Amino acid sequence: MPSSPMIGYAHVTKSFGSLKAVNDVTLDVAEGEFVAIVGGSGSGKTTLLRLANRLIEADGGTITVEGEDVRKVDPVALRRRIGYVFQSGGLFPHLSVADNIGITPRLLGEPSAAIAMRVDELLELVQLERAAHRDRLPEALSGGQRQRVGVARALAARPRIVLMDEPFGALDPLTRDALGDDYRSLHRRLGLTTVMITHDMTEAILLADRIAVMRGGQLLAQGTPDELTRSGDAYVLELLRTPRRQVERLNALLPQSGAA
Amino acid sequence: MSLLADPRWGEALAHLPDYLGNHVRVSLAALALGLAVSLPLAILTRNRPAPRAMLLAFASIVQTVPGLALLALFYPLLLLAASVALAWFGVSFSAFGFLPAMLALALYSMLPVLRNGITGLNGIDPALIEAAKGVGMTGRQSLVMVELPLALPVMMAGIRTAAVWVIGTATLSTPIGQTSLGNYIFAGLQTQNWVFVLFGCLASALLALAVDQLLGLIENGLRRRNRLRAALGCAGIAALVAATLVPTMGRSSQGYVVGAKTFAEQYVLSALLRDRLQAAGLSATARSGLGSSVIFEALKAGDIDLYVDYSGTLWANQLHRTDIKPRAVLLAELKTALARDNITLFGELGFENAYALVMPKQRAEALGIRSIADLAAHASTMSIAGDYEFFSRPEWAALQKAYGLSFRAQRQMQPDFMYAAVASGEVDVIAGYTSDGLIAKYDLVALDDIRHAIPPYDAILLLAPKRAGDQRLKAALKPLLGKIDIATMREANLRASGNDANSSPDAVAKWLWGTIRHR
Repeated sequence: MPSSPMIGYAHVTKSFGSLKAVNDVTLDVAEGEFVAIVGGSGSGKTTLLRLANRLIEADGGTITVEGEDVRKVDPVALRRRIGYVFQSGGLFPHLSVADNIGITPRLLGEPSAAIAMRVDELLELVQLERAAHRDRLPEALSGGQRQRVGVARALAARPRIVLMDEPFGALDPLTRDALGDDYRSLHRRLGLTTVMITHDMTEAILLADRIAVMRGGQLLAQGTPDELTRSGDAYVLELLRTPRRQVERLNALLPQSGAA
Repeated sequence: MSLLADPRWGEALAHLPDYLGNHVRVSLAALALGLAVSLPLAILTRNRPAPRAMLLAFASIVQTVPGLALLALFYPLLLLAASVALAWFGVSFSAFGFLPAMLALALYSMLPVLRNGITGLNGIDPALIEAAKGVGMTGRQSLVMVELPLALPVMMAGIRTAAVWVIGTATLSTPIGQTSLGNYIFAGLQTQNWVFVLFGCLASALLALAVDQLLGLIENGLRRRNRLRAALGCAGIAALVAATLVPTMGRSSQGYVVGAKTFAEQYVLSALLRDRLQAAGLSATARSGLGSSVIFEALKAGDIDLYVDYSGTLWANQLHRTDIKPRAVLLAELKTALARDNITLFGELGFENAYALVMPKQRAEALGIRSIADLAAHASTMSIAGDYEFFSRPEWAALQKAYGLSFRAQRQMQPDFMYAAVASGEVDVIAGYTSDGLIAKYDLVALDDIRHAIPPYDAILLLAPKRAGDQRLKAALKPLLGKIDIATMREANLRASGNDANSSPDAVAKWLWGTIRHR
């Protein structure tokens, strides 16, 4: 890996009471990389993600962001420079789409004219029609539209890093596919470094450059999909086999030609 | 006469600026203080379950204290605080009226504000608080930009409940000397003036409704981020306060304040005293409906300048005496004792308003009962009713002791209803008042106290310490001394108990003066 990583975890641990949520995890995310953290519920993947912007504080080990030890950075300032996409949006229900998107620039004290322009730019970027959506409240949006707003909000302060907490998990399959692809191209176009949590190995393989597999607080394996297949871990191999097995079953059930 | 054409509506309306203004001021001040204390407490304890539970328990306990009792409790409390402040810091403030009423009402407003505030803030989806943190908000920004706006509807519901409660309960602040719309209700109940009672109830209900709607407008404006609506609501409240301040401006000094307790005779006498002072060119107002424990302290502290009390009442309640002295001796001793507090016992009006055991004349004759001693033989089969304080007063203990009285049942009643109750046979005997006009009206008889268990109750004029050397005041009051005999006072009280325009205290006071002026 060239130079220092954008995000570096070194021997990081975090316990909640007697539960070791994250147990001695070491993981580097390079600049421009798209890393997916895959694991079941209770695997520690969400905790690992939140340690990076100090929504959760680590017990031990070192976490660096853009080369700085996060413990030495003011957590509020840290969070403002890292984009965060929440599960099912996390939009503020009392604020319009535009106000939701512009929240971090507003916190940073940017002038409102500049924020308004930035909001329009972002709406276009996440492919939401400006006139139709700008002044709406989140409750008037579909799930996919809400998540697009969530992505726009995360990008508003031009972060170099975006953290995503199961961003597409609650969406219908078609929306999910479209949104994933759209985000993937944004990631590349804007030169972002992205860490995404998912429990879905198919989504991880399709979107991420590298995959980290978590189980019981430990990092079982990390690497490209190809590298993961050479992992000796039975759980990792089982996870990798699942998408292919699903495809085989689908192929058997669906006609080979035709609309599908 | 139709209800709407009743001239008492006009009389009620004339008092409106004063009563309503005071009511609005004390209610809104109490609400503002309650909010200023409760809202920060709700915010501070939102993540602290233990102090939160304690706070809610405290507020709930306060709520279970009846409004009237809470208000009454604050008077002695503040009196104590005032004397401490004077002794230690040399600062004096009045424990009468506005301050105790506002503090008690503020305390009363806390529960709905606290409970709804806490419920509103704790009901927010934790994911949104996490999101607020995630987008880079500080704790304070999260509170102001996310938590408070989201909790607003629930919090405002609590504030609106508190406003309605406070405005309603403020009617009970009359007895501790705070003028309010309750003045209509207390005076109306005591003098059987249902127009006043109705007027007071309607006015406070309309006020509560108006304030509730204005708060609703503010809430609506805040929620929809509609500055115009929020501003209109705020302007409405501000206008209400401003409107109530207008009548008080330019009225620099109230002049002499005549106190009155909460019964019809007192309303009539205070009106008479006020009229006499005004006729002498002195500026005077009546402050009616004061609790009987409040009024003496208010005189001592100079919050009122004069009022009529009864020798036996002061003998028992202020001097804590249980022995009984002949009329003249008791008065002389009382005068000396009051002088130690610099209170002037200016003189007697001429009648006595003593407690007396009263029953229907026919029944008494049929049973051969003429005195309380005769009654004692029948008491075990009879029921007795008294006002709210009678059975805990020393006179009752003295009566029981002197005659060996033991009734089958005893009940407490609103004084005005007692006479009808005994006349209709609902109770057998009542502890009535000798000067009450209803004794004649219902054909009742007051039984002789042959063993002199009840002390004399001469109506006496008391002057506040600061008026001890006031010759103009004394000259104005002098013509009243010794002029009002028991028959005249009974007649006046009977007139005051009627339910028509001629029965208002002011009208009866004028009749009374017309009757005694040439004596």
